[in-house]
Amino acid sequence: MVRFEAVGLRYPGSGSRGGAPGPEALSDVSFALPPGSFTWLLGPSGAGKSSVLRLMHLALRPTRGEVEVLGLRLSRAPRAALAPVRRRVGMVFQDFRLLPYLSAFDNVALPLRLAGRPEASLRADVGEILKWVGLEAKAGALPPELSGGEQQRVAIARAVVHRPALLVADEPTGNLDSRQARRLLALLAEMNRLGTTVVVATHDEDLVARFPAPALRLQDGRLHDPEDARGLFAPAAELG
Amino acid sequence: MARRRRYSRDPLGLRRALAGPLLPGLVAAMALLAALALAGAGGTAALAERWQRGAAAAVTVQVPNPDAARMERAVAALRALPEVAEARAIEAERLAELLRPWLGASPALPLPGIVEVRLRDTRADPAGTGERLAAAVPGAVVEAHGLWVGRLAALARSLQGVALAVLLLVAGVAAAVVAVATRAGIAARRDAIEVLHGLGARDGDIAGRFARRLGLLAALGAAIGTAVAVPVLLLLADLAAPWLGMEGAGAAAGLAGLPWPALLALPPVAFLLGWGTAQATVRRWLRRLP
Repeated sequence: MVRFEAVGLRYPGSGSRGGAPGPEALSDVSFALPPGSFTWLLGPSGAGKSSVLRLMHLALRPTRGEVEVLGLRLSRAPRAALAPVRRRVGMVFQDFRLLPYLSAFDNVALPLRLAGRPEASLRADVGEILKWVGLEAKAGALPPELSGGEQQRVAIARAVVHRPALLVADEPTGNLDSRQARRLLALLAEMNRLGTTVVVATHDEDLVARFPAPALRLQDGRLHDPEDARGLFAPAAELG
Repeated sequence: MARRRRYSRDPLGLRRALAGPLLPGLVAAMALLAALALAGAGGTAALAERWQRGAAAAVTVQVPNPDAARMERAVAALRALPEVAEARAIEAERLAELLRPWLGASPALPLPGIVEVRLRDTRADPAGTGERLAAAVPGAVVEAHGLWVGRLAALARSLQGVALAVLLLVAGVAAAVVAVATRAGIAARRDAIEVLHGLGARDGDIAGRFARRLGLLAALGAAIGTAVAVPVLLLLADLAAPWLGMEGAGAAAGLAGLPWPALLALPPVAFLLGWGTAQATVRRWLRRLP
């Protein structure tokens, strides 16, 4: 499902043409996530959580090592092969990344429209997923008219509306109060129960205590306990 | 609500990011220049053809000491030549009539006989014709206008070359204008492009949206420019009519004389130019994303 093999990652240096590469953001990161698992990605800010997530949703390629996502080996795959795999990965960003001039409905419908689904069939799916996140009454609202928690739920709806095989969330509770955070986690856990592989990055240990699941701990771009991470996790059947 | 619904078909918001009269206005100016160049090329070709035709009719043969026998022999010899399409002797009375303003009613000068000759191919060298004629009729001379006809034709051809160069230049500038507008649109919608890219949009999806929008704007500009060009070209055609032998032919003939296929092709060509330039510009920019 997701496999990292001795992954090293350097961001290009400053300058549009790329100067000297910066220090390694990730070093020798190896782990494998089985299908249907729920995994926490933990560590302080700057530990490399976002880099791992960006590799998982194909926004970056590893500098060395191999990343395999949904059967695609990232280091050698041609550029054109990445887009179809991206469409099977749902990503929830900390800053939502909603398009401000599109209504909640149109933001959520984006992945389906990109996949070429006819309008008639996508209306029902988008309506259903908005209902699932409790926003069916706000389908016509623009993101700036929504609260932070509502925007976050639109972002979740957009990430799951096309039933992705892998759902990746970066600090999804960062902007939410604890009640909304619990509700969000319940949504993610339900997606996981329906068979989606879920990876959630957070530094909120309370949340992790509330939803116990296997965790990858990052520290300075390295896995805190590589031996533990190398093994396969058991599917998080007890979660929820 | 209508505005919001419109955006559902335009997730990059390009109708707002790529709007305003600037791009269509610039393309309209380019299309106007292109229309002028097209009409100029067509007009020069018509002028050149007419000059060559006129000059061919004006090739003359002088036969000194004309008597009936010498004139007949000259005309017969000319008609026998393969490059001669037509040879016709001018009557002595008509020649005297033509020359009366200069020479008076009964000239003391001995007038040569004149044969009007029309050549099949105006580019043929008249020197050979003259030699063969002189063999049949001693003293006969061919007045060759080929030299200046050739010069005029060369001028016309170089004007056509200039018109073609202007067309290419106009197309290049229009492409550059579209490329600049595309980059401005990319800069305005960079976040949206990155979101769509992250959701798995192919390069072709994103580039296609830009290309359709910019192609339409370019076609709109070209349509406006062509519409402005038509009355300008009619005016020019009216001014050029005397040289084309169409004086007083009327507005209908002027309309019919415009290079319509080329003018009507301008908007679709502008669409293709805008579409292709936007495709290339956006796809090149997208290469920076993984």
